[in-house]
Amino acid sequence: MPDDLAIDVHGMTKRFGALTAVDHVDLAVRAGEICGFLGPNGSGKTTFIRMLCGLLRADEGRGTCLGYDVVTESETIKRHVGYMTQRFSFWDDLSIAENLDFVARMYCVRDRRQAVRETIERLGLTERRHQLAGQLSGGWKQRLALAACMIHQPKLLLLDEPTAGVDPKARREFWEEIHRLAGEGLTFLIATHYMDEAERCHRLAFILQGHLLVHGTATEVIARSHLVTWSVSGPGLVELAQRLRNSSGVEQAVSFGTMLHISGPDAEALERAIAPFRTKPYEWRRIDSGLEDVFIHFMSQSQDGVAS
Amino acid sequence: MRRRYEFSPRRFWAIVVKEFIQMRRDRLTFVMMISMPLMQLILFGYAINSDPRHLPAGVLLGDHGPQARTLLHAISNSTYFNFVRELDTEQEAREAIARGEIQFILNIPENFTRDLLRGDRPTLLIEADGTDPAAIGNAVSAARLLLNTAMRHDFQGPLDYLAAQRDAIDLRIQTLYNPEGITRYNIVPGLMGVVLTMTMIMITGLGITRERERGTMENLLSMPAHPAEVLIGKIIPYILLGYIQVALILGAAYGLFHVPMVGSLALLLAATFVFIVAHLAMGITFSTLAKNQLQAVQMAYFFFLPSIMLSGFMFPFRGMPRWAQDIGEILPLTHFLRITRGILLKGNGLPEVWPQLWPIALFAALALTIGVKRYRRTLD
Ligand SMILES: Nc1ncnc2c1ncn2[C@@H]1O[C@H](COP(=O)(O)OP(=O)(O)O)[C@@H](O)[C@H]1O
Ligand SMILES: [Mg+2]
Repeated sequence: MPDDLAIDVHGMTKRFGALTAVDHVDLAVRAGEICGFLGPNGSGKTTFIRMLCGLLRADEGRGTCLGYDVVTESETIKRHVGYMTQRFSFWDDLSIAENLDFVARMYCVRDRRQAVRETIERLGLTERRHQLAGQLSGGWKQRLALAACMIHQPKLLLLDEPTAGVDPKARREFWEEIHRLAGEGLTFLIATHYMDEAERCHRLAFILQGHLLVHGTATEVIARSHLVTWSVSGPGLVELAQRLRNSSGVEQAVSFGTMLHISGPDAEALERAIAPFRTKPYEWRRIDSGLEDVFIHFMSQSQDGVAS
Repeated sequence: MRRRYEFSPRRFWAIVVKEFIQMRRDRLTFVMMISMPLMQLILFGYAINSDPRHLPAGVLLGDHGPQARTLLHAISNSTYFNFVRELDTEQEAREAIARGEIQFILNIPENFTRDLLRGDRPTLLIEADGTDPAAIGNAVSAARLLLNTAMRHDFQGPLDYLAAQRDAIDLRIQTLYNPEGITRYNIVPGLMGVVLTMTMIMITGLGITRERERGTMENLLSMPAHPAEVLIGKIIPYILLGYIQVALILGAAYGLFHVPMVGSLALLLAATFVFIVAHLAMGITFSTLAKNQLQAVQMAYFFFLPSIMLSGFMFPFRGMPRWAQDIGEILPLTHFLRITRGILLKGNGLPEVWPQLWPIALFAALALTIGVKRYRRTLD
C-alpha cells in the first residue's frame, strides 16, 4: 500500500435494515489532495464519511485512514481527523470561545489557550468571541465549525456539505482557505451538491444509491462519460427543448440563459435527432460537456439500470 | 498495533466544565429544579390519610396467664395488629422498632392476670413508632376500643364483676420518635427522596437525549472521548444540583417545619449520594432508550409514579396490598424514605441504615451497568 494515500478503503458497506446505504465502495485519496464527494441526497455520502471516522461500524470493508485501520483503530483515527458534520453540531448555548475551548480540551491540544486565541483571531471573531454560537448566521457557523474541527491540527479533513446555505462570497472565501490548507499538505474529502465546487476539486468521486459510479479528475470523469453536447441559441427555445426531449438520441435538453444544451451519449444518434432543426435562425455549436451534464447523464443511466 | 485509550482526567474535566456552563445558561431548567422542592413542600404540607391494617407488632410477654392470651388474641383479631415476633427484652424491642421491623411494641407486664383478677387495673403499654403518624393512628384507636368491648365477653361467670367495672385495664399509649403525631415530620423528610427521584432521572435523561436531538452527539462521538469521561463528566453537575435540592429541603424542614434532626447529617448525606447515583444511572439507561427529550421525560414519569405511590410516601407502606409492597421493595425511594425518617427522627446509625442502603446500592450498580453497556460509542 503506497503510504502517500490518506484514505485507502475497499468494499465499504453499510446496511440499515433492508436498505444498503453504502454498497462496496472503494476510495483512494492521496495526501494533499482535495477530493470532491458528489451525489444526490440520500446517496450515502454522510454514511460513508461516518464510517471513515468511526461513527458508524462498517458491515463490510476494510482499509486505512492516515495509515490506521478503519475497523480496529477508529479511536486513533479520531485523534488525527477533523470531521465537520452536515448539520451544525457545535453547542448553541456555548459561546464561540467556549466551543473552541471545549474542543481543544477534548483533543488535549498543547498550549490550548493560545490555540483558541489564535483561531478566534484568524476567524476575525475576537470582538464577538463571547457571542453564543447559536446566534451566529449560517455562514459564520460554517466558519466556526471548520475552525473548530481544525484546532487539533488534523491531517485529514472530512467535510460533509460544508457550504450548504452559505452565500456565494463566503463560499468563495471558504474554498480559497481549503486550497491554501491543501497546499500545506492537508487532505480533504468534501461532500457537496454544487457543481461549481466540484470543479474546484482535484479529484471527484460520484456516488449514487450507495454505489460509486465514477472516480477521477474532472477531465477524466467527463472523458469517461463519452457524452456529446451541443449548444443552440435562437428563438422559441422552450418549445424546441420540449420537442427534442422526446426524440431518441437526446438524453438532456437543459436551458442555460439564452442557450440550450442538448446532450446524448451517442454522437451519431444525437446529430440525427437535431438535424431537422439545424436551420436558420438557430445557431448550433458543439461544446465540451460540463460536469453537471455528465452527472445527470450518470444518474439517468443508472436509473435505467435499476428496474423500478 | 492497537492502542487502548484510558480514562483521561483532562477530557473528563472538559465535559464537566461544558456541562456547568450549559446548566448556567439554561436558566429555566435551573429555576425549575430549585423551585420544584419548594413547590412540593407547600403542596405536600397536608397529609394523606388512610387506614392501614396488619401492622407488624412485637410483644413483650411478661405474663403467660389465660387473660393475657385472650387479650393478645383480641388485639390480633382487630386486624390492625399482626404479631410478628415475641420479644424478650426491652432492648431487643427498641432495636426492632428502630429498624422498622415492627411498628408497635405491646408490653404485657408480669402478674397481668393476677392484677386483673384482683381488680388492680394492670397497665398495658403500647409503644408506637410515630414517624408515620397516619399509619398508626387508627390502630391505636382500635386498641382502645377493644379493651372496652371485646374483652367483655371474657369477663363472664365468676369474672363478671370485672365486666361491670369500666377500665379494668389501664391502657397506656406511648408514641416514640414523634410523640405529637405531627404528619409533617413524616412528609418533609420523605419529600427529599421524592424530589430527587423526579429531578435526577429527568435531568440526566434530558441532558443526554438533548445532545442527540440537537445533533451535537455526533460531534461529541467524533472526538476521542471515552464513554466514562462523557457520562461521569455529565453527571457531576447533576449530583451537585441534587445536593442543592437536599440543602433546600433540609433547611426548610429545620427552619420552617421544625422537623427534629436527631441522627447524623453526614450519614444522611452519604446515603443521599448512593440514592442520587441510583437515579442518575436510571436516567442514563432511559436516555439510551428514548429517541427524544419528550420520551425521556415520559420515561422519567413512568418511573416516578410507582415510586411516589408504592414507596410509602403517598400511603402508609403497610397499608398497601402485598403485591404493591413487593414492587415497593424494589424501588430505591422506599428504602430512602426509611433511611431519611430513620436518621432524622429516630437517630438511626449505620447498623440500622445499612439494611435499607444496600438495596439502593444494588439498584444503582445494576442501573449503571445497563446504562453504560447500552451507551453507544457510535451512531448505529
Ligand atoms: N441511521 C440511519 N438509519 C436508517 N437509515 C439511514 C440512517 N442514516 C442514513 N440512512 C439512510 O441511508 C441512505 C443514505 O443516507 P446519507 O448517507 O445521509 O445520504 P447523503 O448524505 O448522501 O444525503 C438514505 O436513504 C438514508 O435514509
Ligand atoms: Mg448527507
